[in-house]
Amino acid sequence: MKRFIGFIKKEFYHIFRDRRSLFILFGMPIAQILLFGFAITNEINNVDIAILDHSKDATTKEIINKISASKYFSINQFVDKESDIETIFKKGKVKAVLNFEKDFSKNLIKEHKATIQIITDATDPNTANTISNYVNAILQQYQKELNKDITIAYQIVPATRMVYNPELKSVYMFVPGVMTIILMLVSAMMTSISITREKELGTMEILLVSPLKPIQVIVGKVFPYIFLSIINAIVIVMLSIFIFNMPVQGSLFLLGLESILFIISALALGILISTISATQQTAMMISLMGLMLPVILLSGFIFPISSMPVPLQYISNIIPAKWFIIIIKGIMLKGVGLQFIWKETLILLGMTVFFIGLSVKKYKIRLE
Amino acid sequence: MKTIIYIIQKEFKQIFRNKGMLPIIFVLPLLQLVILSNAATFEVKNIKFGYIDNDHTSTSRALIEKFNASTYFDVLTDFPSEKLASAAMLKGEVDVVVAVPHYFERDLQKEKHTNLGVTINAIDGAAAGVENVYVTQIVQRFNQHLKVDLIQISDKQIQPISIETIPLFWYNETLNYKTFMVPGILVLLVTMITLFLSGMNIVREKEIGTLEQINVTPIKKSQFIIGKLFPFWVIGMGLLTVGLILARLIFNVPMLGSLPLMYFYTSIYILVVLGIGLFISNFTDTQQQAMFIAWFFIVIFILMSGLFTPIESMPKWAQILTEFNPIKYFVEVMRMVMLKGSGFMDILPQLLKTLVYAIVMNGLAVWSYKKTT
Repeated sequence: MKRFIGFIKKEFYHIFRDRRSLFILFGMPIAQILLFGFAITNEINNVDIAILDHSKDATTKEIINKISASKYFSINQFVDKESDIETIFKKGKVKAVLNFEKDFSKNLIKEHKATIQIITDATDPNTANTISNYVNAILQQYQKELNKDITIAYQIVPATRMVYNPELKSVYMFVPGVMTIILMLVSAMMTSISITREKELGTMEILLVSPLKPIQVIVGKVFPYIFLSIINAIVIVMLSIFIFNMPVQGSLFLLGLESILFIISALALGILISTISATQQTAMMISLMGLMLPVILLSGFIFPISSMPVPLQYISNIIPAKWFIIIIKGIMLKGVGLQFIWKETLILLGMTVFFIGLSVKKYKIRLE
Repeated sequence: MKTIIYIIQKEFKQIFRNKGMLPIIFVLPLLQLVILSNAATFEVKNIKFGYIDNDHTSTSRALIEKFNASTYFDVLTDFPSEKLASAAMLKGEVDVVVAVPHYFERDLQKEKHTNLGVTINAIDGAAAGVENVYVTQIVQRFNQHLKVDLIQISDKQIQPISIETIPLFWYNETLNYKTFMVPGILVLLVTMITLFLSGMNIVREKEIGTLEQINVTPIKKSQFIIGKLFPFWVIGMGLLTVGLILARLIFNVPMLGSLPLMYFYTSIYILVVLGIGLFISNFTDTQQQAMFIAWFFIVIFILMSGLFTPIESMPKWAQILTEFNPIKYFVEVMRMVMLKGSGFMDILPQLLKTLVYAIVMNGLAVWSYKKTT
């Protein structure tokens, strides 16, 4: 035991001696979470649009004013003819063009009906669809004003309540996601590289012939990183509470325990990666190329998992980040206790045990 | 010239000798392109739906039936009480709960007006917004239906004014998300591979000590750097080619614009990435440091590239920051040329900025390289 503690001490010295890496290790997550918390949103704001007004009458002017007054759109330019639309779309200047038909007001008064084309650059289907919906909503509001005198009978009015995030803030989505990416990649990268480094430099052999058991070597190498990642997690949670006003409805203690579990699972994954790679370069490439995109795309961080094709929904189950995101959102935003997230916790625990078991087995083989 | 060719040969040999790396360089990215492009969709479907019917009348049943018939809503759960419904929402079993109040039908007939309780799990704000739109649409359609059913013929109706909108989706009429995501993800993979490989390469020689040996040979710095970077440039272009072929064959992504233009732009773009990689190499002592820095920038570049979330929605200062993001330009150009058929003049601003970026980055890299060795 004494030997083991000595070994852990040595590992800590190694890490703390490298000030530059330490700075990177702590500085980066802070910079990233601040940057993303403030900048990233999948709401639509200030989308540049153009107007093609064939009618140029009082009503179209009023509608144009309504549109430009909304925070969703800013009118970038007015075009004169249909053929200009293609040109400005190709330059990527505007995302949509509103095309008012000729004699708009007249049609509205005479036939009670007038038409607007919403032409969107649908290379980005999501934005295109959202723009279309938002324009529609503004127009509907306007119609209501026009039809003020007519009472519409037999109305069911939905009284909608948005729970857990009434203001629909996207930061509530992004902070848990970014926290997950940072903990996952930093932990997995750090361990995989620090172990392969010993291998590459030849010092691992020395460790393995020392009286320390392989499991002690691994735990000793990983232990300082558990410590560092926990500090990282604490910093991230504090930032999200104090800067982004993220609520922690549930127990902070539970959040801490779950974070430690997730960190250990990421570290275990890092160990596993180190057992299959011979050089730091390979270990890095596997953890960066192999983990980054799947973690971003398949964890439900940005894209909803329920909308994915069924096979991908199955694949997403083997991404530990998915379960952790469900857990932190549950604790922070919904305020649930363990009785609601025991399943996710158990899955993470199972994955961790699996990763550790597999790595220990691999290391034993190396020793023989 | 001969020296450059020798060093290029050496680099290629080193890359191809490492059998473990080959699949990581070529297979892993392409596999991800094929698989992950399917994951990236903001479409909201298969919404887990639950309801509480406190009224149990034909009207309430008819309304619920409308939700049932809709393709957006998936699992229909009948909750006996509000309490059970909110417990289910806490567990994440339902995302939308519609509660039909007591005396729903009676109120509707008497007062011609009634409320419907809708609860939406809004942790994902964007999805919640869309779900709200879906619910509203269904209820509105049901309202219209009600009018036709309930209004007696004697009720004189004044025709309301209506503004009709015709949505036209150009370049992607079916709103297929994959044609949008595939070019973007391809950009990421090309960038990540070239950046990680180049960023690690020189610092690796530093760490092992072989850089000293090279420095004492008569090779010129510029020759060395060109020789070092050229193989990664080739790998990047190779990845782009295979990626484009896969995009065409598997995802049927159109290539409306000019392919040579795409390659011309990419050839300059990769220089930017290689310059950044070299620069990182110069400023770090170990591969670990180099990779952390590369990772730091790549995560920022990815999330602020407009690839997943729109740049226009970012605050002004963040939009200014994105001007320094090379991935942003590559994503824009890729999508413009492939999906809209934009030509040389259309992408000229992006092209020029990328070119300047390439010159500055490589200039800085070569300059700092001379200084540190």
